[in-house]
Amino acid sequence: MANYTPTRMVLNQLKGRLTTARRGHKLLKDKRDELMRQFMDIVKQNKELRKKVEDGLTEAFASLSAASAVMSPQMLEQALLYPRRTVDLDLTYKNVMSVNVPQYSFATSGGGEDIVPYAFAQTSGDLDDALGKLSAVFEDMLQLAEVEKTMQLMAEEIESTRRRVNALEYSTIPDLETNIHYITMKLEENENSTKVRLIKVKEMVLQKAHNYSV
Amino acid sequence: MYRIAVIGGSDTVIGFKALGLDTFPVNSAEEASAAFKQVFQGEVPYAIVYIEETWAQGLQSAINKFRSDPQLAIILIPGREGSLGLGRQALKDAVEKAVGSDITGE
Repeated sequence: MANYTPTRMVLNQLKGRLTTARRGHKLLKDKRDELMRQFMDIVKQNKELRKKVEDGLTEAFASLSAASAVMSPQMLEQALLYPRRTVDLDLTYKNVMSVNVPQYSFATSGGGEDIVPYAFAQTSGDLDDALGKLSAVFEDMLQLAEVEKTMQLMAEEIESTRRRVNALEYSTIPDLETNIHYITMKLEENENSTKVRLIKVKEMVLQKAHNYSV
Repeated sequence: MYRIAVIGGSDTVIGFKALGLDTFPVNSAEEASAAFKQVFQGEVPYAIVYIEETWAQGLQSAINKFRSDPQLAIILIPGREGSLGLGRQALKDAVEKAVGSDITGE
């Protein structure tokens, strides 16, 4: 417990701080609860997306393996050496309960709808299949990135908010209350001793002037 | 404009190359960490880096550093051998951090 001078000014200051701390505690608690609610939604989404992406990729890789089994590695590499399109990503931020979370949108350039960068004569059909599956799973992958990042950022924010709430609840507010109590008691005690002293002085004065005793 | 990078075994990343992503094929742990560094030193800014789980194992501490960076998302993807469960670990870690214990129920 910090040592405070027991005066009315300090008492008033402490009372002001206690009100602020109580209000902050309430607000932060609300923030934590709302963050937690949204976080749980995000976690659920993440779980689903991760499953979707992992299944999709496994399938795509299976087709790719089939393609590489019938084609020589050099041929495969040659077929995919120069991609027809490039993907550009645009990044904006959305504010969710004071957490800035990324939002992605992507634009492809070149190639149009067709992503196959090779001629069909010398490649296996499985390769077309693999690319089709990959590009289908790609949008889910992008969403997964968004959701997973959001989840991580929110987890950090929840952690620090929770710490703040706990610090206020279990340390700051009780400390302030004890100090306020201490100062109030001390002030009362001072008042009492002043009163007693006055009574005593009055008695002494009366005694001296009129030889009067109570 | 940002770009997307994929780090993984050469047979894994080859498909992503056709999709138009920037790929960094690696075949050893040293190459993986070199590729990871290269991603940040290049001129193009990357917003998403997909890393194959097999190669992410050795990079875990470097990856964790970017956890609170809103500009860069590092996402683990399964390789050809299927999922190792490392991607799910990220979810568990986040839940544990936020809630205090793992409540995903797995």
